[in-house]
Amino acid sequence: MNLTLASADGARLGPEMAALAHSPLAIRGLTVSYGEKPAVFSVDMTVTAGAMTAIIGPNGAGKSTLLKAALGIVKPLSGSVTVFGKPLAEARGRIAYVPQRASVDWDFPTRVIDVVTMGLYRELGLLGRIGAAHKARAMAALERVDMDGFATRQIGQLSGGQQQRVFLARALAQGADLYLLDEPFAGVDAATEKAIIAVLKTLRDEGRTVVAVHHDLSTVRDYFERVVLMNVRKIAEGPVDEAFVPEYLQEAYGGRLATAQIDQLSLAGA
Amino acid sequence: MNTAEFVALTLSPLLISVLSAVTCALPGNFLVLRRQALIGDAISHVVLPGIVAAFLVTGVVSAWPMLIGAAGAAVVAVVLIEAVRRLGRIEPGAAMGVVFTAMFAAGVLALEQSDTSSVHLDVEHALYGNLESLIWLDATGWSSLWDPVALAGLPPELGRIAAVCLGVAAFTLIFWRPLKISTFDEGFARTLGIPTATLGIALVVVSAVAAVAAFDAVGSIIVIAMFICPPAAARLMTDRLEMQIAWSVGFAILSAVLGFILAGYGPLWLGGSNAVSAAGMIATVSGLVLALAAVFGPCRTRSGASAQG
Amino acid sequence: MLLDALTLQLGYNATLVAIGAALLGVAAGVTGTFLFLRKRALVSDAISHATLPGVGLAFILMVLLGGDGRWLPGLLAGSALTALLGLWLVQWLSRATRLGEDAAIGAVLSVFFGFGIVLLTVIQTIPAGRAAGLESFLLGSTAGMLYSDAVVIAVGGLITLGLVILLRRPMILVAFDPGFAETTGIDTRRTDLLMMTLVLAVTVVGLKIVGLILIVALLIIPPVTARFWSDRSDHVVMIAGGLGGMAGYVGAAISATAPDLPTGPIIVLVAFAGFAASLMLSPGRGVLSSFLRHRRFQAAVHMRQGLLALAQEQPIYEPLTLRLLRRAGLVRADGVPTDGGRARAAKALRDERRWTVLRSMEAHEVAASLYDGLREIETVLTPDQVAEIDRRIGLPKGVKP
Repeated sequence: MNLTLASADGARLGPEMAALAHSPLAIRGLTVSYGEKPAVFSVDMTVTAGAMTAIIGPNGAGKSTLLKAALGIVKPLSGSVTVFGKPLAEARGRIAYVPQRASVDWDFPTRVIDVVTMGLYRELGLLGRIGAAHKARAMAALERVDMDGFATRQIGQLSGGQQQRVFLARALAQGADLYLLDEPFAGVDAATEKAIIAVLKTLRDEGRTVVAVHHDLSTVRDYFERVVLMNVRKIAEGPVDEAFVPEYLQEAYGGRLATAQIDQLSLAGA
Repeated sequence: MNTAEFVALTLSPLLISVLSAVTCALPGNFLVLRRQALIGDAISHVVLPGIVAAFLVTGVVSAWPMLIGAAGAAVVAVVLIEAVRRLGRIEPGAAMGVVFTAMFAAGVLALEQSDTSSVHLDVEHALYGNLESLIWLDATGWSSLWDPVALAGLPPELGRIAAVCLGVAAFTLIFWRPLKISTFDEGFARTLGIPTATLGIALVVVSAVAAVAAFDAVGSIIVIAMFICPPAAARLMTDRLEMQIAWSVGFAILSAVLGFILAGYGPLWLGGSNAVSAAGMIATVSGLVLALAAVFGPCRTRSGASAQG
Repeated sequence: MLLDALTLQLGYNATLVAIGAALLGVAAGVTGTFLFLRKRALVSDAISHATLPGVGLAFILMVLLGGDGRWLPGLLAGSALTALLGLWLVQWLSRATRLGEDAAIGAVLSVFFGFGIVLLTVIQTIPAGRAAGLESFLLGSTAGMLYSDAVVIAVGGLITLGLVILLRRPMILVAFDPGFAETTGIDTRRTDLLMMTLVLAVTVVGLKIVGLILIVALLIIPPVTARFWSDRSDHVVMIAGGLGGMAGYVGAAISATAPDLPTGPIIVLVAFAGFAASLMLSPGRGVLSSFLRHRRFQAAVHMRQGLLALAQEQPIYEPLTLRLLRRAGLVRADGVPTDGGRARAAKALRDERRWTVLRSMEAHEVAASLYDGLREIETVLTPDQVAEIDRRIGLPKGVKP
């Protein structure tokens, strides 16, 4: 990991450097490969604080991999990640993560409330007692996603949408400043999708930063202010109006997206 | 059988089998949930080469070098399995099969070649243990429990398995949260800063130490039954991890006690005159417990919504 | 002595055993490949351990009927029955309950083995059982084997191999591509059952030679070794058969040279030696070549990123990148690019622009999907096509030519 950015003398920082030091998540030259084909190649990305950013791109474009590398879940081949100007290891307490729902075994013997309490691990530590305040926070997180009635349910009995809400509640319990979500709307019902986006927008209004891997192009304009468009490498990054445009979409998706579709998407918000 | 005979002949092997079963069942719960039950298989097979290697290096049969040798062999096996899996892009089951059979074969060969016939080490003990020999000859009755001279004559295996059982219980208790979180959701655990790879290795080492301590009593293959059967049966009884652990400990104790009694007295009831292998009977009973749980357990089937749903 | 054994001059029994082991090894290697490709290698471990109670029960039954408990075909038939029961239990547990196949395998193998040990201790207490020598089924022993036993093994090996050759077509299809096999009218379930039957046959025939604890090695190690030498599944099958046969033959021969060389472990270790060599040295997947390739790949990534940074006059922080650029003579010691470095950097940047243009051209979608940051654009396009792209780069953005 390259620490130069974080430790450089503040006085000598250029404007670009200053932006890095304050960004909730700054990625430089990140390359990740499984085997001998890069899944993510040399990506730079500077997340804007207090905004909702979508990472979009076709299947296999490396979106989830980018997120996982940013979180230190997969090891990058090269590149650096800083979180609020600090190396990842020093800033873990400020990040919350919502993994893909399908990435875990929901047959695991545990209850909803226990999963949400996992979000408090950094405060509780190995042996810290779960006090009334902790319980109240876990319940509050469940209430925010309308799942407080399910606290003592076995997680295997939940529907897909309910599972996703529980994962979001766990992230809420973390009380973080930066929320990273991997396909939060994949395979959930319409009501859950609405509920989740409402919670995320509240987070944004509270001044927190939200980054989500997203694949439904038709909702990008409604849900997000900024997009990062990628296909192995980054193709565009910026406000929706500047980056979510036919030229870049065509570049990211190639022939997989008909021209008519692209025109429709980019006109939707214009 | 009178009290004195019970204390002298039965108490010590019974305690050892109960402690062995509990010691293995605790880490077994996590192995079963992580779909790594066969790591228990691999570990128990490499205990033998580990012990033989320790014997060849030190030249004596003593507890601590063997414990270290076996734990070391388990780590070597796990590292080799990972290496074969990643480098050769081989599925984990096959990678395990290659590594533990080769290490086991090497252990058997070394054992046959080295001059261990004079000491307490032979292939059959290694395979199915020697529970019946772990008796307390100095005991004359319950009062011996307060007699320091008699207590000194307790088989050292009892003290060892008791200490290891305490250690395994402490490990499970102290690392309960990270173990649970990383077993459920490894990626999330890593974002919390939990060193999941180290924890995974630690679980393997703890399992290996449990396997070695139980090895004296039940040998290297029946140990697998203790790793897997009580936790697997417990999984079918409840949907909460805390309760699952409790059930598994209960099942482990039940299997050990019942198996031990059946092995000792069962043949007598049937008109025979000789006891049968207690270790084998314990494994058999644990299998019957699992079979009952699989047919009648309240939580025996997979729960409704699939992850893909 | 070893030469004598290898050239089959250690007497009738040793010769028959060596031939039997070789036939068994070929059958195991081929069968094991199907198992391995179906990702169910360790199911064989449950099957093999589940043979032990069958051996014990058959012995007791034969003694009760007044016969000689040690009659090998009878023991093998018993072992096949309990192995079948064990296999059925593994499948039932992993299908009907929430337990995974791994837990089912572990439970079945250990419980059946434990019960087998109980039976062995029972046998020791009956008069006919004192010298039964059933322990030899654990680790395999060919020392002091009867002539008739050796014949059973040799014939058993031959029959198993014959079955494998007869049934290879549908099994190859199912192992490579179950979906496709279904469309050609092959019943996948039946074929899987056949495969398991063959595994059972190999296990039973191998009991006396290799022993029930290690027979699984003969089913797993040769296919895994073969996988290092070929990506083509039909080749893997043949290589695995060859390796298995060789391990069986050489192992049995070595073991015949001395009394304290147990057959099973020796055969397994011979097979493992082949595996270890392949793991290290195989050109495609070996440790050595993987390591070298990874180093080369990492260097290529850093080089490329370094060149792009130079071209865009961005600072380079990664020490490895700087070192590589310096060593290639592309930057000076103080980090300033040399003329050669500038030229290479400019080329790298122009290639990136070419790729960008290529991606937005629908006609070249396939070529564009090959982009991975490292591939030279000249390897996917003709010079004419590159020239066409260069022409487009000249145009201002957003204008469609």
